Amino acid sequence: MINKQLSLILKWSVILLLISSIATACATPTAAPAPTSTESPLLTVMTHDSFAATESVIAAFEEEHQVKVQFLKAGDVGSALNKAILAKGNPLADVFYGVDNTFLSRALTENLFEPYPSPLLTEIPATFQLDSQNRALPVDYGDVCLNYDLAYFAEKGIQPPKNLGDLTKPEYKSLLVVQNPALSSPGLAFLLATIGVYGSEGYLDYWKNLVENDVKVVNDWESAYYSEFTVHGGSRPIVVSYSSSPPAEVIFAETPIDQPPTGVVTEGRSCFRQIEFVGILKGTKNRTLAEKWIDFMLSKPFQEDMPLQMFVFPVNSNAQLPEEFTRYVVIPTETAQVDPQAIEQNREAWIQAWSETVLR
Amino acid sequence: MRNLLLARKWGSAFVWALPVLFLALFYFYPLGSIVVFALQRLAQDGGESLRDLNWAYLGRVFGFTVYQATLSTILTVIAGLPAAYLFARYEFRGKALLRSLSTIPFVLPTLVVAASFNALFGPRGWANLAALNLLGFREAPFTLTNSLTAILIAHVFYNLTIVLRLVGDVWSRLDPRLAQAARCLGATPWQAFWKVTLPLLLPAIFSAALLVFIFDFTSFGVILILGGPRYATLEVEIYYQMIALFNLPAAVLLSLIQLGCTLGLTVIYHRLSEIVTRPLPLASQKRVLARLSRPSQKIFAFLIIAFLFVFQILPLLALVGRSFVYAGWERGERGLSIPTLSFTAYQEIFINRRASLFYIPPIRAIGISVAYGLITVFLGLLLGLAAAWFLSRQHDSPALERLRRSLEPLILLPLGTSSVTLGLGFLLAFGKAPFDLRSSPLLIPLAHTLVAFPFIVRSLLPALRSIRPRYHQAAAVLGANQWEIARRVDLPIIGRAVLVAGVFAFGISMGEFGATALLTRPEYPTLPIAIYRFLGQPGELNYGQSMALSVLLMSITAAGMILIERFRSGEVGEF
Repeated sequence: MINKQLSLILKWSVILLLISSIATACATPTAAPAPTSTESPLLTVMTHDSFAATESVIAAFEEEHQVKVQFLKAGDVGSALNKAILAKGNPLADVFYGVDNTFLSRALTENLFEPYPSPLLTEIPATFQLDSQNRALPVDYGDVCLNYDLAYFAEKGIQPPKNLGDLTKPEYKSLLVVQNPALSSPGLAFLLATIGVYGSEGYLDYWKNLVENDVKVVNDWESAYYSEFTVHGGSRPIVVSYSSSPPAEVIFAETPIDQPPTGVVTEGRSCFRQIEFVGILKGTKNRTLAEKWIDFMLSKPFQEDMPLQMFVFPVNSNAQLPEEFTRYVVIPTETAQVDPQAIEQNREAWIQAWSETVLR
Repeated sequence: MRNLLLARKWGSAFVWALPVLFLALFYFYPLGSIVVFALQRLAQDGGESLRDLNWAYLGRVFGFTVYQATLSTILTVIAGLPAAYLFARYEFRGKALLRSLSTIPFVLPTLVVAASFNALFGPRGWANLAALNLLGFREAPFTLTNSLTAILIAHVFYNLTIVLRLVGDVWSRLDPRLAQAARCLGATPWQAFWKVTLPLLLPAIFSAALLVFIFDFTSFGVILILGGPRYATLEVEIYYQMIALFNLPAAVLLSLIQLGCTLGLTVIYHRLSEIVTRPLPLASQKRVLARLSRPSQKIFAFLIIAFLFVFQILPLLALVGRSFVYAGWERGERGLSIPTLSFTAYQEIFINRRASLFYIPPIRAIGISVAYGLITVFLGLLLGLAAAWFLSRQHDSPALERLRRSLEPLILLPLGTSSVTLGLGFLLAFGKAPFDLRSSPLLIPLAHTLVAFPFIVRSLLPALRSIRPRYHQAAAVLGANQWEIARRVDLPIIGRAVLVAGVFAFGISMGEFGATALLTRPEYPTLPIAIYRFLGQPGELNYGQSMALSVLLMSITAAGMILIERFRSGEVGEF
């Protein structure tokens, strides 16, 4: 009888091993390491989880430079950056993409990047070039703005808000949901927008008024957008999101629609611009290829691929926006400005004061 | 004879070396690396990073962490015991299915749980829609998110299965004649439970409660998403210090405080369990299980099943419903719009619409998830059995006995460790020779094993300890050596516990997101990663696809668990 048990266990182990080997076989990417991978050198790009690109665009780069590009995704922007800093000296990758202007100062202070004055910088407006030594080069930008539910405001017959000041008015009571700046990147961007508009002395008074007007705070963008926002079944018709959210709503609509269900407040410096940067990691052994990769990221093919993959805007002035973007996006003429160095220096104090005012 | 003795000694040595090596290499080494790194940073800035810490605030965070974990644990145990009793003592139709379904919550990523709660109790969830439309409420009666209630319900939802399985396993092997004898001697059913059954169950209850407490104590996602910004646990604060502020010394200090609590608690637990553990009178399942015959039993069973249905299964069903139905929420208006049935989300997950380099074919994500799950089960059981077997024995050599005493509390530490801290520790530890593994995909199942390992040991220990020494003595008298005793006496007796451990290991691996997200990895996407990727972008279809993948994750996990439980249909577990 005991032998029977043993043989049963054996039998099942064999079955399990078989299943797992089949599973592993399925798991191996079918099209991945092409035969060239043994000969061609490997370029590693470290980035955050939201990075995306079209397969053929990357393949064209690999083809042209006879290189295999590997992407290391390392969590949200903050996590990815911190990991790159911890691995300093013996870098995990050759290139790091995705540090934004709220974290730029940390990356530069930690001396993460090697300078590289790419020839393509001439095609990029100077306002995006925040690092004069060209250690971090701008790639794209996105505007964190208030989004609102068009149908809600049409039905109630109220005008949607025009600027940050409107949100403290009685007619917008209990309508707004924002994210916690301590834990969410758009949440921090919105806090910075209020600091940009009202100054570091005045922003807390503004937030006091928002609290009196019953602002709702959640910790993450997903909860705000998919649980609290009226468009997706919540009870708040104004949410902090991106200016590129409306085209995403059209493209990812369940049944095809020709107008987005959401609008964006772009006036009155109410948006905060997040600029994302790329840099060559100090200590790379692939400097030449890394330079080629950065040139590629700043060049037209990649710049024009970004909008529909990552819902961000190209910094290269020659890049054309896709039709979905030109039709459904308004780019704010003026955004709230906060110096990256001031952000890194005051982040903790600003957030702490905000928490004490808003959360108590 | 001498050779045999030597072999036995070496055998014991090998058995403890395996888990000790594993813990040393994949737990203490990375943890030590991050502590050393933090100390270096602290020395660089002359202690400034710790100077400005708001201790009054951190004290409140600590207080809340303990408070919510204690409350959650008590509720989970109270809710779990009657269900454990039902499963342990009665046979009824659909039992296996019900047991598997109630384990699914344990593996779901927090965002998915939040989504399912929202589909049920959210402002426009099924419950509120029904209340508004059918019951004539003027305002939505359920407001669940951003409250302590939401945190508690979610913790019970997640961890009920721990009590159900760990306590249920022991209960199902407890000889019912003991309680029957007490009844014959005039005890009321309540007295029989209180004086006979409960004391025998205490070790298992403590074991389950300890695990539940540690899970709740280090809770991150539930607090973040369902609790909202007014509630913070130590783990949330560690994340904030580590990621947002990059204040490593502060984050590591808080991690060590958290770890100290786990260790202290474990030590108390061991004192307690030494007092209450005793060999159990065991009985075959066949003798234990009864049919539901009397009306009172049927009512009891109905109530328990109804409870499980509402709290464990209904949120899952709401999620399944949400993945098929687009309610076309009438914005700003309350009222039930006509829901439309749609399979679009399920079709879309198989299409790489944007020709993305990072598109994840569902089959591939399933393959990777299942492969990781099986590796975790295999590694976890191997290490867990070795550790549990070593811990359950009295050892002749004083050195081994000392090792046993100090090893036991250490085993639980990985569960009580901040995954942010450990993730960065992995990076530091495995970033250079001799162990340059930092971007190896193998790190992921290893991290899963690290989380599952304490669980496996805790599932196995009560069972191993409950074996009467008499069985071992009898086998030894009949000439069996330690290996034969382990194989022929222990293994058949603990067979069920091994299956329970395997189910948990598989579940932990399938649903694990924290450790996976913290490792730097090339593209080896698991199902939870695919789910989060869709949730991170705006658009109805992205949301729908994440729901569809969640349903897929639920189904695959349930199938895997049912398969593992099928082992039981053999002779293992019966004796």
